[in-house]
Amino acid sequence: MAYKIVKDNCTGCSACEPECPNQAISETKDGLFVIDPAKCTECIGHHDEAQCVAVCPIDDTCIIDDNYPRYQAA
Amino acid sequence: MQTVQHQSGAEGVDTHAGADVDEIMQKVAEHKGCGTSGGSGKASCGSGAGENDLPPEIWEKVKNHPCYSEEAHHHYARMHVAVAPACNIQCNYCNRKYDCANESRPGVVSEKLTPEQAAKKVLAVASTIPQMTVLGIAGPGDPLANPEKTFKTFELIAKTAPDIKLCVSTNGLALPDHVEQLSKYNIDHVTITINMIDPEVGAKIYPWIYYKKKRYHGVEAAKILTDRQLQGLEMLTERGILSKINSVMIPGINDQHLVEVNKAVKSRGAFLHNIMPLISAPEHGTVFGLTGQRGPTAQELKALQDSCEGEMNMMRHCRQCRADAVGLLGEDRSAEFTTDKIMEMEVSYDLESRKAYQAAVEKERDAVVAAKKAEMESLAGEHSDIKMLIAVATKGGGKVNEHFGHAKEFQVYELSTAGAKFVGHRRVDLYCQGGYGEEDSLATIIRAINDCHAVFVAKIGGCPKNDLKAAGIDPVDQFAGEFIEQSAIAYFKDYLDKVKSGEVEHVERGDAQIRQGALTSAEAA
Ligand code: SF4
Ligand code: SF4
Ligand code: SF4
Repeated sequence: MAYKIVKDNCTGCSACEPECPNQAISETKDGLFVIDPAKCTECIGHHDEAQCVAVCPIDDTCIIDDNYPRYQAA
Repeated sequence: MQTVQHQSGAEGVDTHAGADVDEIMQKVAEHKGCGTSGGSGKASCGSGAGENDLPPEIWEKVKNHPCYSEEAHHHYARMHVAVAPACNIQCNYCNRKYDCANESRPGVVSEKLTPEQAAKKVLAVASTIPQMTVLGIAGPGDPLANPEKTFKTFELIAKTAPDIKLCVSTNGLALPDHVEQLSKYNIDHVTITINMIDPEVGAKIYPWIYYKKKRYHGVEAAKILTDRQLQGLEMLTERGILSKINSVMIPGINDQHLVEVNKAVKSRGAFLHNIMPLISAPEHGTVFGLTGQRGPTAQELKALQDSCEGEMNMMRHCRQCRADAVGLLGEDRSAEFTTDKIMEMEVSYDLESRKAYQAAVEKERDAVVAAKKAEMESLAGEHSDIKMLIAVATKGGGKVNEHFGHAKEFQVYELSTAGAKFVGHRRVDLYCQGGYGEEDSLATIIRAINDCHAVFVAKIGGCPKNDLKAAGIDPVDQFAGEFIEQSAIAYFKDYLDKVKSGEVEHVERGDAQIRQGALTSAEAA
């Protein structure tokens, strides 16, 4: 499960943070944003598309984190 | 953008909304005909709108607002704070990688503020600069895509600095959801950026929007956006909140179409329409910058503004200021007010001394108006088809009071027997930035004001004087320290006399170049 934010691409615009249905996104000390993989459900069960991807202005910034298996809805 | 103090505000407007709004719209509609008879009858119109041109209740709302009144922007200042960096759409003229503003060019915002920091900054600036009367939340990002931060900022400021007018600029997508709240916070001016009403056109400007938890693309996205924008505009009008429309003129994409936009927004009660040139260069990294989409020339821009002018008030003094800019339009003092400096400042907000200062400004404004009126009388009875542009170097106060070599921008006035009409400004500070050396600066200025017959300055050196003459632009320093419009009319009268006597032959001037880039003293230094 889980998306991640590519740090080098993130502008810190904060658009993703309030859209996440699981409050998985938070601001870091350097003003950028990170996803907590333990909370991210890929928006499954909430929305048709991953909200962070849909709102992020920079392409390929919110992407699937291959270090985690895909989320399985309960 | 509302002064919390003097306007009836939310309840006042709501209770008799229907009648009031209709009345106001009726007056706006009546006004648009611009009652001058004969000749080029539009002269009293447009951004030059003064007390006599607008219904009193609208004039009362806008008269001290530098972003709405061309006359006020000589005397009052606005500031913007960047508290709302998130955006819910993508515009092809915006590169969000480096922030952006809700205006027409890639924004360059140096800092992102919390609502608390923003409120403190506003107090610090207002205490230092008494002519600061307006706070805007524009970009980078869309204030209404960040409603919590935006409204928290307004709430804090309304509490501590009740005399400051509040305003927002938005792309309009989220507007219908927030009109109620805007009205609650006594915000009676809203700027909406509307670049199209035809989704086919919109698809070329907006690659996508984020709406109701989904990303939409192309025509479908543009359709939603235009519907929401126009709905939001109607809702504002219903509540007596004045709305200004910004449009970015993109040659080949929406330039012709903006005439339609002008009609659509006017019929829904917009009070001002501000057509701004696309600012576009490859180094901005925007889609338009990278595809080589050009911006309009000065003549193209003026022609479009003129063709919309019969329809409603056009605003030509907009400088597309940086989102976090501080100061009079055209002057940026943000370096004095960085977050670090502000957090250290002891701020005491002195409402009384601000009022006293503003009363003095009012006197000065009356003097400008009186001087213009007296000079106009000397033009009575003159008939001529000649129209000409002049460029003026000014630091504010409505006077010719800037040295040619120090001017970062020139204000452009159109002279005719109908008087002197402000038609725009030309920024010339680009030469300080990459690419142009000092020697080229004069050439840059000449390119920027090449459509003008004369340039009015407080002072000018011998060399530039000769170069200007060689380029066919008359350098005029005889009006140093005097009121702009009064001087311009005197100059024009003299010019007409010379044409009549055969001393000079009137020739049309060529086109001028619009400088690409945001006006910031930090960059220019
Ligand atoms: S994919 Fe959905 S749940 Fe996961 S971080 Fe993005 S918005 Fe949150
Ligand atoms: S929306 Fe994208 S760019 Fe903005 S903070 Fe989130 S990850 Fe970063
Ligand atoms: S609305 Fe403003 S911040 Fe959003 S993409 Fe357009 S110009 Fe940029």
